[in-house]
Amino acid sequence: MTMVYLDHAATTPMLPEALDAYVAAAREIGNPSSLHAAGRGARRLVEESRERIAAVLGARPSEVVFTSGGTESDNLATKGIHYARRDADPRRNRVVASAVEHHAVLDSVDWLGAHESADISWLPVDATGRVDPASLADLLAEHGDTISVISVQWANNEVGTVQPIAELATLATRAGIPFHTDAVQAVGQIPVDFAASGAAALTVTGHKLGGPVGVGALLLGRDVPTTPLLHGGGQERDVRSGTLDTPGVVAFAVAVEAAIKTQLENAARVSALRDGLVARVCAAVPDAIVNGDPAHRLPGNAHFSFPGCEGDALLLLLDAQGIACSTGSACSAGVAQPSHVLLAMGADDDRARSSLRFTLGHTSTSADVDALLAALPGAVERARRATAWKSPRS
Amino acid sequence: MSGGVDSAVAAARAREAGHDVTGVHLALSRNPQTFRTGARGCCTLEDSRDARRAADVIGIPFYVWDMAEQFHESVVDDFVAEYAAGRTPNPCLRCNEKIKFSAVLDRAIALGFDAVVTGHHARLGADGLLRRSVDLAKDQSYVLAVLTRAQLDRAMFPLGDSTKEQVRAEAAARGLAVADKPDSHDICFIADGDTRGFLADRLGESPGDIVDGRTGAVLGQHSGAYAYTIGQRKGLDLRVPAPDGRPRYVLSITPKTNTVTVGPREDLAVDTVTATRPIWHGADTPAECDVQLRAHGEVVQAVVALTDGELTAHLRSPARGVAAGQAIVAYRPDPAGDIVLGSATITAGAASFPEAATSPGAASPSGVSPSGASASAVGSLPAAGSSADAATSSAGAATSSAGTATSSAGAAVASAPGVAGPVR
Repeated sequence: MTMVYLDHAATTPMLPEALDAYVAAAREIGNPSSLHAAGRGARRLVEESRERIAAVLGARPSEVVFTSGGTESDNLATKGIHYARRDADPRRNRVVASAVEHHAVLDSVDWLGAHESADISWLPVDATGRVDPASLADLLAEHGDTISVISVQWANNEVGTVQPIAELATLATRAGIPFHTDAVQAVGQIPVDFAASGAAALTVTGHKLGGPVGVGALLLGRDVPTTPLLHGGGQERDVRSGTLDTPGVVAFAVAVEAAIKTQLENAARVSALRDGLVARVCAAVPDAIVNGDPAHRLPGNAHFSFPGCEGDALLLLLDAQGIACSTGSACSAGVAQPSHVLLAMGADDDRARSSLRFTLGHTSTSADVDALLAALPGAVERARRATAWKSPRS
Repeated sequence: MSGGVDSAVAAARAREAGHDVTGVHLALSRNPQTFRTGARGCCTLEDSRDARRAADVIGIPFYVWDMAEQFHESVVDDFVAEYAAGRTPNPCLRCNEKIKFSAVLDRAIALGFDAVVTGHHARLGADGLLRRSVDLAKDQSYVLAVLTRAQLDRAMFPLGDSTKEQVRAEAAARGLAVADKPDSHDICFIADGDTRGFLADRLGESPGDIVDGRTGAVLGQHSGAYAYTIGQRKGLDLRVPAPDGRPRYVLSITPKTNTVTVGPREDLAVDTVTATRPIWHGADTPAECDVQLRAHGEVVQAVVALTDGELTAHLRSPARGVAAGQAIVAYRPDPAGDIVLGSATITAGAASFPEAATSPGAASPSGVSPSGASASAVGSLPAAGSSADAATSSAGAATSSAGTATSSAGAAVASAPGVAGPVR
């Protein structure tokens, strides 16, 4: 059974050039912090990578802080900036984030509330998952001088909605508050320019754009006060410690560069496939609901609710036919919780639990869409029957 | 798949038999941390990981199914309500009846599977008869006897022909890391094993009298009748000694008056058991058979009759510690494994003799005079059970009645699309 991979937002296959670059760099010896020739060789690879990433993302090389990936970058941005700003002025004890953040931001902010007594303001979203800049403006008018950091994702990982980042960042900057954006899903999918965005910090990770898992970066403005979370050798600007992963960094840079260089044509190709997928799913399952913003949307994202189905059941049935997709919900012990994103968008529990995400990427083909459409209607019908198990036997 | 050794080997055997098997772990708690932790449990994150790893090794897909709501309603709430009503529930039996072979089975069938496979130690062969496991110490037919014909037709128990020791050895040979995982003995949803504390948290303190079953005299106080167990001797804290100086036992619990009744050991004995909600697979009744009155309890010969949806068993020898809420399971002795004829939920026990024989296992009805139904004309026989303090004298009655050594959260579903499997 050939696999039909429709879960690129979870992780996407490595680009061949990134894999080659990884293997080549992994053959070399040298800690980039060492002073000898081998160390200098590794350092050169790291710094070249930093420059390549900076160049294509509109950042200065010194603004690229390598990390272990999206989760670490999000933790560093939210907690690190909060700590530094609060320590400089104890009145600044409020953290602001959108209600649809990835758990790496959501749970970091929650943690600051629970363990650091931070006040928290969640920015609401509309039915498509978008933050209204006016709600941030209102919040700034009310609490502007007590906010430590604001974090709003560039694009949502579940429903693919793209946020008005420039407007939000401008509001934050005007109020003198660092603005962080988790751009893990956006980089390589849509145009992302750090300097032009006005953000003070931006999260990017390798494995969502054709690089390896376990390496990413926080683009962090030079003047943004940030308390380190990982202490040690201070390798990355003294805000992040740990021996740099030279082959990972090299492959990450190759992938970022390649993804951004091909972004426009790739987005055009993938969004055409995606539009076909959405149209055909809606024709095959007429009561399917398309979630997210029709216009401000990631090119590879298609997100549906199938009324009367459980997303879990659909996933099992499609998986059994070799089709990989996602319910997009967080798991604890593998138990699906209704998606906080859909709930924030005003969906009820049933609609949230009936949702399924298909995400296309650089390896997707029309044959993948055909395979999905061949399997989906039967799976939906069967999953609907399975929902009856909830009603107890008489 | 609970994360234990039995369900892992059962899944492996089902797959090896040619079925298309999918591993399912049941999430039974809304918050997995609140259930029993450590290697003895069945519902923890660790167990979920163990089950997933076993599925990987076997080479089958694996999912967690959220059954927390159904489990809470059908098993946990029922458990508490039964104790509150003075009965002694068996939550493992209820879980089989309402969760594994109902909610899970229904969902599996709807999704296109043909059967639910579990790691229960019982035999269910091509003849469709449910029999005891070859490993009598691990036999779980008692908690499966509640299943209807339709449920059994969709069940597979691949372990019934093996002893637990063999199952462990096979798990080790298959490279399953759970081979040495300890058995779970306790109630999976009572994290610390403290059933009395669990009930007290939910039912509150409710002080009442402890009375003498023969004289009616108040002998002491209790703080909640649900904490007592039929046949219990220790922990009664009675300041008035019995006139003959012999120990006293809990004879019955009456929720209506919140009374715990105690008396001498011989008053525990009953020889007639009535039960409701019968499931009967056997031929016409009355039938000569063996009956078992609690999990891992003694087996006594009896004549069982079904009338008007009620089951009545006349025991050939008296039994002690018979508790309402427990199941009576009827077996036909068979050299190829005793066959389950049926089961029902005990509502009452009664004695038609003045004094029971002292050795219930060997007791014979001879010498029993039908005249004096003196002490235990027990109208409704309340709780016996799961207390570790239970110190009953009769052979099987001292075990934890609610406990079955099952893999409580374990199930695997098998489907055989295009494969004519041994199901049905």
